[in-house]
Amino acid sequence: MTNAIVLVPLFPLLAVLANLLFGRKMSEKAVGIMGSGAIGASFLAAVTAVVGLVVMEPGHRLTEVVLYQWISSGAFTVDIGFLLDPLSAVMILVVSGVGFLIHVYSIGYMHHDKGFSRYFLYLNLFVFAMLLLVMGNSYLLLFIGWEGVGLCSYLLIGFWYHKDSAADAGKKAFIVNRIGDFGFMLGMLFIAVTFGTLNFTKVFAEAPHVFHTGDGMIILITLLLFVGACGKSAQIPLHVWLPDAMEGPTPVSALIHAATMVTAGVYMVSRSHVLYNLAPETLLVVAIVGCLTAFFAGTIALVQNDIKRVLAYSTVSQLGYMFLAAGVGAYTAAIFHLMTHAFFKALLFLGAGSVIHALSDEQDIRKMGGLRKIMPTTYKTFVIASLAIAGIPPLAGFMSKDEILYSTFNSTHPGAAPILLWSVGILTAFMTAFYMFRLVYKTFHGESRMDPEVEKHAHESPPVITVPLSILAVLSAVGGFLGIPIFLKANVMHNWLGPLFEAAGGHGDEAGGAVHHSLTTELGLMALSVAVATGGILLALNIILKRPHVAEGIRNSFGYLYDLFLNKWWVDELYDMVIVRPLRQIAGIFWTVFDEKGIDGTLHGIGGGALRSGGFLSKLQTGFVQNYALSMAGGLVLILLWVLF
Amino acid sequence: MITLSHYLVLSAILFVIGVTGVLMRRNVIIILLSIELMLTAVNLNFIAFSHYMKNPVGQVFVFFVMTVAAAEATLGLAIVVALFRNLETVNVDEINQMKG
Amino acid sequence: MGLYDIMFFYLASVVVITALLAVSRANPVYAVVFLIPCFFHVAGLFVLLGAEFLAVIQILVPAGALMILYLFVVFLLNLSEIKGRRITHRQSLLAGIVAVLLVFLLVVLSMQSLFPGPFQELVEGIGIDNTAAVGGSLYTKFLFPFELASLVLLVVMFGAMVLARREEKE
Repeated sequence: MTNAIVLVPLFPLLAVLANLLFGRKMSEKAVGIMGSGAIGASFLAAVTAVVGLVVMEPGHRLTEVVLYQWISSGAFTVDIGFLLDPLSAVMILVVSGVGFLIHVYSIGYMHHDKGFSRYFLYLNLFVFAMLLLVMGNSYLLLFIGWEGVGLCSYLLIGFWYHKDSAADAGKKAFIVNRIGDFGFMLGMLFIAVTFGTLNFTKVFAEAPHVFHTGDGMIILITLLLFVGACGKSAQIPLHVWLPDAMEGPTPVSALIHAATMVTAGVYMVSRSHVLYNLAPETLLVVAIVGCLTAFFAGTIALVQNDIKRVLAYSTVSQLGYMFLAAGVGAYTAAIFHLMTHAFFKALLFLGAGSVIHALSDEQDIRKMGGLRKIMPTTYKTFVIASLAIAGIPPLAGFMSKDEILYSTFNSTHPGAAPILLWSVGILTAFMTAFYMFRLVYKTFHGESRMDPEVEKHAHESPPVITVPLSILAVLSAVGGFLGIPIFLKANVMHNWLGPLFEAAGGHGDEAGGAVHHSLTTELGLMALSVAVATGGILLALNIILKRPHVAEGIRNSFGYLYDLFLNKWWVDELYDMVIVRPLRQIAGIFWTVFDEKGIDGTLHGIGGGALRSGGFLSKLQTGFVQNYALSMAGGLVLILLWVLF
Repeated sequence: MITLSHYLVLSAILFVIGVTGVLMRRNVIIILLSIELMLTAVNLNFIAFSHYMKNPVGQVFVFFVMTVAAAEATLGLAIVVALFRNLETVNVDEINQMKG
Repeated sequence: MGLYDIMFFYLASVVVITALLAVSRANPVYAVVFLIPCFFHVAGLFVLLGAEFLAVIQILVPAGALMILYLFVVFLLNLSEIKGRRITHRQSLLAGIVAVLLVFLLVVLSMQSLFPGPFQELVEGIGIDNTAAVGGSLYTKFLFPFELASLVLLVVMFGAMVLARREEKE
């Protein structure tokens, strides 16, 4: 099993090296097969490794493989090592599995793009970094993967670098991430100082002995780590980069900005559950931030007209749900939703890519319509994914989202927090259903509003694109059964992840501890979720499809709200005014005053001064030897004066 | 009583006379002569010390000083000859091509 | 006041006076001619100090050879007929001040009696013949500088010939 574990990140790494050396000389087909094959092999290795884990006893499922000692500085050591436990098992299966499908899809999508081999290089590098992130056995290794995926995100967002908007988006992503990373690094620093190590096993074993629940230091550490998670997983206030990241190729959006990279924050928080359970205040903050982000992003998604933007904000919103789950201690639910979200969100993005590809790069949904007859497979898979995300049983999204809402309702946070959080969550679920089906109806149903030229060429995509779509659709449909409601006693996710989250003290992961597992409450809430979701779909059907003039009317009467949502609550503009412009001015001051006048002035001054003093001194050389003799005699007089007196 | 100091004072006066000649005259021949005078003063000094310290090394040194003085005077005059041929003057305040 | 002292004062005064005269003459020939008795009297002082070998050398080399050499050059370049408007350099005022200061300081320095002992007998002080004494030192302890000095003279000989050569017109 050790070999399998090491092979998982090794295959993508080898593909990266091969691509670096030979990529440009290989044919498109070869590059595509090598790139996808590497991830496929990685997936098989992951399956093997996980099987090895399954046969172990629950509660003891943990394998740590240390390759060698990397840093050894006094008592502080860091190894290169991989940790395989139920949590990382889920992650590597999702990353390599969904990653493989997306790689195959990319062969079709990126056909004839000039940067084909470069694309696969970056994509493989990304998978390698992501695997490092989820398999690393210490915070430092996680952080290396963290930075690596950030780099690949930058490279892939700005893939078409000659487009200014893409290059800018790449920069924005990287810079905003950096801000989060600053918090993460501070958190890591405090962990290293407090525990003397960054290794997960050691830190989590020590933590309950070093800290009491609610200690200031542990709250600080967890908050700082969460800042990093906000950056990477696009939560308020560091969410601004994700919508812009849609400049990259659509498969990139699917893989990085839906299924994997953005979930790194959720993974990290779940991995650190021991620390977070010792800091309930931070957990409340996490829950609130997640909830607000979910709601906020949902409102924006209601009115966007670019197909990818809607999906981007939807991703931000669903990530909010994941953090909400973590914030109420329901880590299993968070990871479960992470997994189902990977399935249906990747499917949604790939489907959108299929549409964009077919319509010669048209992305505005106002210029679509009636596609369900032209692109049946894409349409069917897209609908399945939309049903899943809306939360209609028995599809995957229902299971995971419902569990989150139930855990929130039952959480042990003080006061009215559970009810408030749950209310906002339900409201957001309604919005989710609505905006998703608005998207479906506007894109696939109704009369065609397409450009005639575009309509002529519209066609269903080739199998290399539609097959991955179908596979993901199946997963979105049945993936939920891994986590059927607890009372049915066959919840695979809980059996798998539960022992992990319970074993390390705190109140385990079942909705925060003192729970009343009332069956009626649970069923009641479930029914409410379903009703809400269905209501959203029907409302969309009515307003968007059947009676569009009603939608127009609502838009006009709530004009100010519409503008607010359409302009993303003016957050980007706010940042520009408060942060970007002052920084530019300060930079300008530093440039003109300090650099040009100060430093350059000093340098020129010194140079000029040397020249001037040289000119002055050269006058001493009169050319008359006797002047020199006189100065010698004068010097002699001075010395004698000094000696004698 | 003639002590060492008498000789030293004499040598000092002679030396300063030579210095004056070097610093105050324009004719380069005179300047070279004054240098000879300075060297002679130094020789006097050495021999005085040699006598009063009963050490012949002082006189050996004078031997060498004279050698060098001769050499220096020779070369100096050779240069003056060459200089005169080119610049038609032996006044040092007209020779300042190394200025600045 | 013994003979010795009288001789000393006589020799000293002549040296100083002729030296002063030498540096103050306008005509270089006069300057050279005044310097010759100066050197002769310096040789006399050397004898007073028991260094008769060097006294003879003093007459032979500086007083004899060098002064003749100077005269040769003066006549070669016809310098005796050159008359400058003035003989002193522009910096003379400052130079004069420096010179006065210098002599004052040096005299003060010299007057601090270093060896206030009884007067040493002329010949007894050394014990052996002066020439022998100098020769003995020269050929044993100072052999290397001696040989180097001969090399110096060789180089000077060549150097002077090269420097003073008239350019050959083709």
